[in-house]
Amino acid sequence: MSAQGGWRASAMLLAALLILWQLLYLVIGDIALRSPLQTVSHLVELFGSPRFWPHLTETVRAFGAAMLIATGAGLAIGFLLGLSRFAAAAFEPVLVALYSIPKVTLYPIVLLAFGLGMPAKIAFGAIHGLIPIALFTINGVRNVRPVFLKTGRVLRLSRLQMVRRVLLPAALPEIFSGLRIGFSLTLIGTILGEMFASQRGLGSLLMSAIGLHNLDVIMSVTLLIVAFAATVSGVLLAIDRRLRFRAR
Amino acid sequence: MKGALALRLAVLAALVGFLEALCRTGVIGAFTMQPPSRMLVDLWKLLTSGTLNAAIVKTLGNAGIACVSAVLLGLLAAVAIHALPRLREALDPLFATYYAIPMFAFYPLLIILFGLGSLPSIIIGFMLAIVAVIVNTLNGLDRVPGVLLKTARVVRLSRAAIAWRITLPFALPYVLTGVKFAVAYSLIGVIGSEFIMATDGMGYEIAFAYNNFDNATMYPLILMVLVVSIALNSAIGAWERRVLARRGRQA
Repeated sequence: MSAQGGWRASAMLLAALLILWQLLYLVIGDIALRSPLQTVSHLVELFGSPRFWPHLTETVRAFGAAMLIATGAGLAIGFLLGLSRFAAAAFEPVLVALYSIPKVTLYPIVLLAFGLGMPAKIAFGAIHGLIPIALFTINGVRNVRPVFLKTGRVLRLSRLQMVRRVLLPAALPEIFSGLRIGFSLTLIGTILGEMFASQRGLGSLLMSAIGLHNLDVIMSVTLLIVAFAATVSGVLLAIDRRLRFRAR
Repeated sequence: MKGALALRLAVLAALVGFLEALCRTGVIGAFTMQPPSRMLVDLWKLLTSGTLNAAIVKTLGNAGIACVSAVLLGLLAAVAIHALPRLREALDPLFATYYAIPMFAFYPLLIILFGLGSLPSIIIGFMLAIVAVIVNTLNGLDRVPGVLLKTARVVRLSRAAIAWRITLPFALPYVLTGVKFAVAYSLIGVIGSEFIMATDGMGYEIAFAYNNFDNATMYPLILMVLVVSIALNSAIGAWERRVLARRGRQA
């Protein structure tokens, strides 16, 4: 697929979604929905209000910290288990099981362990993103061609050099896919953590708007989150494709 | 690898034992966490007393409805999307960002439209689950070998027959991966919705118990959700492995 075709597809999808949204609004009406135009104009209004900014920066900071933890821990676990067949056989099924449990149910435990506030949502975001990053890294490292590893051993690379010079570049396409998925899940994990376990941040703004039935805020905050997620993962997807194409 | 299994079980047992010790010695206070053994006893009491059975049945039933409908419609949608490459190209970016959408934000809208019954939470679970089924099924359909499709054309199978007899059976292991996610997502959707706003169900009971420091109800319920999802997940995983093993012998 050419880059231009990709852009055209995205633009068409965006247009289709906007039309669908507007039609839904016309059918359902003001009681449960806002039109795209109303939502965008309220979002602009939100950005102008000083009370909105602390929520935004809080979420950005929480998400940044969660993503750093998820990436660091995920890569570390991934390399450790990816390099040892035995360790992977022992612990990969545990990771897969953890990946598939409904993690929202754990929020009361996270709350009791970390208290109400920043650490709880960082933890909540990180546990969502960490596991996919680890699983993809395991897979990527395991599938590195043995001849690369042998060459590295012949050159007497240290363990760290082996990771930096051989494994990371060779497994990069797979690892990058893990990071892309980890990004989405960490973001939604952080927002969910804020919804259930916080008094600040976009998630809690969303939650209080749900309680007050403030549709303007619900719709514009959701739009902001979705637009951010869509933009970043669109870029990540494009890089991902390029890496995989080059690796072939 | 037998040794690996033994090591895994040993580490898990050690972790649970460690947690038990921390709780028993009071390093982790009783208000924070119950010892794992107490959770099991409490879960048994909860189930035999039957006070929350209605909530459990309701939540698991709703998640079941969401999951089954997401799998069926997801399969249909995947077959249709697979047949239309241009549509698929347009939908790819949507699938890539889908799970970053805070689906629960649409819950109030659904309550306004459908009332405070089961339907809004089922819809949230369904919407979360269906894309996992679609994406994984598409992944499987992509891998169907050309020779199978050619054979199908030689014996003049209809499009529906090709999907039913050839491509979907071939994609089964990938579909099952999607089903595993669908189980988890439908539970997430239903229970998460009940956390936000509901009058009954497991999510409601967990949130209620949390707000009342009732750890003797909260932990068993959480444990039960985890046990149910892990059990379903490993059952589907075993089926998946059996399909792959059978295929390996044929090849």
